[in-house]
Amino acid sequence: MNTKLIFSIAKALMLARWKQTLVAAVGVVFSITMFVTLLGFMNGLNDLLDSLILNRTPHIRLYNEIKPTKIQPIDKDPNYKSSHNFVESIKPNGGRLEIYNNASIMSTLKKDKRILGISPKIAAQVFYNVGAIDMTGTISGIDVEAENRLFKFSEYVVGGNYIDLKNVPNSIILGKVAAEKMLAEIGDVIQVTSAKGERMQLKVVGYFQSGLQDIDKVQSYASISTAQKILGKTNNYITDIQIKLNDINQAPEMAREFGSIFEVDAIDIQTANSQFETGSDIRTLISYAVGITLLIVAGFGIYNILNMMIFEKMDSIAILKATGFSGKEVQKVFILIALSIGIVGGLFGLIFGFVFSFIIDNLPFNTAAIPTVKTFPVNYDLKFYLIGTLFSIITTYLAGYFPAKKASKIDPVIIIRGK
Amino acid sequence: MSEIVLQAKNIEKSFHDPITIKVLNEINFSVNKGEFVSVIGKSGCGKSTLLYILSTMDTDYEGELLIDQISMKNKKEAELAKVRNEKIGFVFQFHYLLNEFSVLKNVMLPGLKLGKYSPKEVEFRAMEKLKILGIENEALKMPNQLSGGQKQRVAIARALINDPVIIMGDEPTGNLDKKNSQIVFDVFKELAIEEKQTLLIVTHDGEFAHKSDRIIEMEDGKIIRQ
Repeated sequence: MNTKLIFSIAKALMLARWKQTLVAAVGVVFSITMFVTLLGFMNGLNDLLDSLILNRTPHIRLYNEIKPTKIQPIDKDPNYKSSHNFVESIKPNGGRLEIYNNASIMSTLKKDKRILGISPKIAAQVFYNVGAIDMTGTISGIDVEAENRLFKFSEYVVGGNYIDLKNVPNSIILGKVAAEKMLAEIGDVIQVTSAKGERMQLKVVGYFQSGLQDIDKVQSYASISTAQKILGKTNNYITDIQIKLNDINQAPEMAREFGSIFEVDAIDIQTANSQFETGSDIRTLISYAVGITLLIVAGFGIYNILNMMIFEKMDSIAILKATGFSGKEVQKVFILIALSIGIVGGLFGLIFGFVFSFIIDNLPFNTAAIPTVKTFPVNYDLKFYLIGTLFSIITTYLAGYFPAKKASKIDPVIIIRGK
Repeated sequence: MSEIVLQAKNIEKSFHDPITIKVLNEINFSVNKGEFVSVIGKSGCGKSTLLYILSTMDTDYEGELLIDQISMKNKKEAELAKVRNEKIGFVFQFHYLLNEFSVLKNVMLPGLKLGKYSPKEVEFRAMEKLKILGIENEALKMPNQLSGGQKQRVAIARALINDPVIIMGDEPTGNLDKKNSQIVFDVFKELAIEEKQTLLIVTHDGEFAHKSDRIIEMEDGKIIRQ
């Protein structure tokens, strides 16, 4: 009953100054709209940039680094156990890029429930022979199907069909920039030389574009067996095992685990790409800061308008108190006004925010760097909408609280006698 | 002996800014049910100050105030608001109607606040009060469409809505011309006789006061005649 009455008084006061109320509400609408749009857009970009690298990067990579052995023969000699030795000019011993016993490692990994999938890989240093000129490059020998399933390989193949890499013997998918330099068309045959000097003819079945110019200049893909042929190795030669996990957060711990079990080098995605996470975090932080600043500015707008309203409505407040409304009830009226502005403004803000996000999402955005993206990226995470709603309510409540407190303290005697 | 609805016992009040001045001194009087009392006195004699103490809006005083035989001392702000709502009707010099609401809604507001009757009943009662005051045809107009005399009558209707034990007026005719003053006085008189409504009116209109049942005359913060 009483609540209904307070609602009707608040409504009447708002309608009496509907222009001011509207201005205050528009302020909230604007800030919530910007908040939602900005965060959606920023996070869309974040996701896009992250996916550029993170999608293509295994959560854990097992490999053998070329490095000197930590334990030298003298360390193993029991006669010198308590002695200190100096061995100078240690050199790594060559030819240990291969992961030994990789077949059993892979079958063990395939049984691990924490792992989404694995994909073996061979990294081969080559020269692309273009006439008299040799260009350095890297050919990755991949399991085409596993690579596509885990790392969306097909999305980065811009010409030709990625599966031809598996089906056509001695085929290659060339980096886009490298292909342009070599003037190699799909169907052409190019020649590569391995680091050991072996020459091989490969048929171009597609182009690969990662969006990172430096990679596209050197990186090409071949099937595992083709890569083994280029290097002149047997069919159990593997240099990398790429692992994708169900939960990316377990990567550092599991990398340590696999490193010690299989006696290989293991690097997790967090360590390998820590700069990307930092970048994303800072971008998110900036967009939150801007969004919240907008809301606080809108809050000050509401504060001013309510203060003005209270100043204008001194008489009404005095008479409400004289006829039996307590200070608390008067306070409720003004907080209700503020909250109504906040909730209605917030709601429209969310709607407009969604509409703007949708418009941005449909704006064409063609960049040579990222072939899979045709429009601006937007993230429609419900979280931003919830935070927007929450903040609009909190800021308007605070903006209403202080003027309302002031209204509740108005002494009716002073107003009534003042006339 | 008739029932006492308002009693002031040794009420004193001082203003402390800039120096302490006693504005009310040993105010002792009581008002019986159905009485039509006028408080008169020169400007600055403290009659308005007294009225605001009696109306519970000013709580900074010494002595004791009983309304409907209940002491108002030590009551909280919200409790006093309830007393004002339920037991006191106000008519001020200026009408103080809320321009955002229609005449009818203005009259209904204190009734809705009390919540003793359903909104439908409150509306019906408000119409009754407006009829008593002869302005039922203006019920749906907004206050700013009314003349000064009509506004004051709306204010009286609003004061009556909760059947208060006492109606207090602070110069209710102060802003009105002779004709409207007469109308307002007649309304009060009629309420006193027909409805046995207790009235305490502060005025400096001698003619108005002389027509009431009883006059309390004040000078320099004291009652000199009652």
